[in-house]
Amino acid sequence: MAEHAENAENAEHKHPTPMLYLVIFGILAVLTVSTWAIAFVDLGIFNPVIALAIACTKATLVILFFMHVRYSNKLTKITISAGFFWLMILITLSLSDYLSRNLFSR
Amino acid sequence: MSTSQTTTTEHHPALAHQFDSMAQQQEASTFGMWVFLLTELMMFGGLFAAYLIYRLKYYEAFVAGSTSISVSWGFANTLVLIGSSFTMAMAVWAAQKGNRKWQVRCLILTMILGTVFLAIKGKEYYDKYDECHIPGAVIGKGFSANGGPGCQTGNIAEEIRNRGEEARQHGYKDVPEVTPESAKQIARQTEIFFSFYFAMTGLHAFHMIIGLGLLTWLLLRARAGEFGPAYYTPVELGGLYWHFVDIVWIYLFPLLYLINRIHTKP
Repeated sequence: MAEHAENAENAEHKHPTPMLYLVIFGILAVLTVSTWAIAFVDLGIFNPVIALAIACTKATLVILFFMHVRYSNKLTKITISAGFFWLMILITLSLSDYLSRNLFSR
Repeated sequence: MSTSQTTTTEHHPALAHQFDSMAQQQEASTFGMWVFLLTELMMFGGLFAAYLIYRLKYYEAFVAGSTSISVSWGFANTLVLIGSSFTMAMAVWAAQKGNRKWQVRCLILTMILGTVFLAIKGKEYYDKYDECHIPGAVIGKGFSANGGPGCQTGNIAEEIRNRGEEARQHGYKDVPEVTPESAKQIARQTEIFFSFYFAMTGLHAFHMIIGLGLLTWLLLRARAGEFGPAYYTPVELGGLYWHFVDIVWIYLFPLLYLINRIHTKP
């Protein structure tokens, strides 16, 4: 219960300022322009890798700052991580199946 | 207000009686909202997983379909949505400070940007209608990626061959020549890309429309001065929803618009 109260207090004291929101917005805009510009450059296999890496960076910034997860309690953080972990299970296990189907056929 | 937690007669009017304090109530509400958003993540996640599997199977068709949608409008819409996320974050900040004027301003700005997004999306959908790229035969003119009757533009088979030719002229020796028959086959297969395109952006746009409804409701309450430092949970949760929809788009933009653009000009 003591931790509870402490968490609530922390959340109130450490909320982001408009300046921080503006900085995050600036970074998101720069990353959007980069992902658009890089898409026209031939980097082979790294084109989709970089595009997704930038998307993940943007999503993380939105979650941590705009959605205040950086300032939220541990229960919320763990629950959100579990949700994304589950999504990764869905995607990695499905793709490891589909990508490896023709691996030993020849 | 802070000393009134132990009495039953005097507390914040928004405090539901199963909670000890406003802080506890907000914590529970935020947690509940996140659990809801994670179910949304699972719903969109299923679509993303299916998208990835079909992209592996019909990669050339996905590239052709992706190249036929407007990267400029998609790019503009990404900036619009990120801007709306910023104004939404500012609305939450203003609600926290109890600043009614800025709450109303930021919420209206967010709604305007959301509407601009939907308008651009509508323009893109109309272009796809015009080019006969709407999957199936029920809506629109019937799917045709080979320049069927009534579709002056949108001949994807022709575009595939032209793009290949242009790439070879620009020194991309490894771009193989595509026969008219296989170009037509790839063009037909873009129907599966467009099915994903409409399902994913459609579900996303549907969430935007719901978001605009939520923002209208928040705007009315904000204008009535209901929110302040002690109680701004509805704005906070509306913000979480809006940002989540923004995150979905952050992934949709590279996955749908930027599959392979190296042989096209910006």
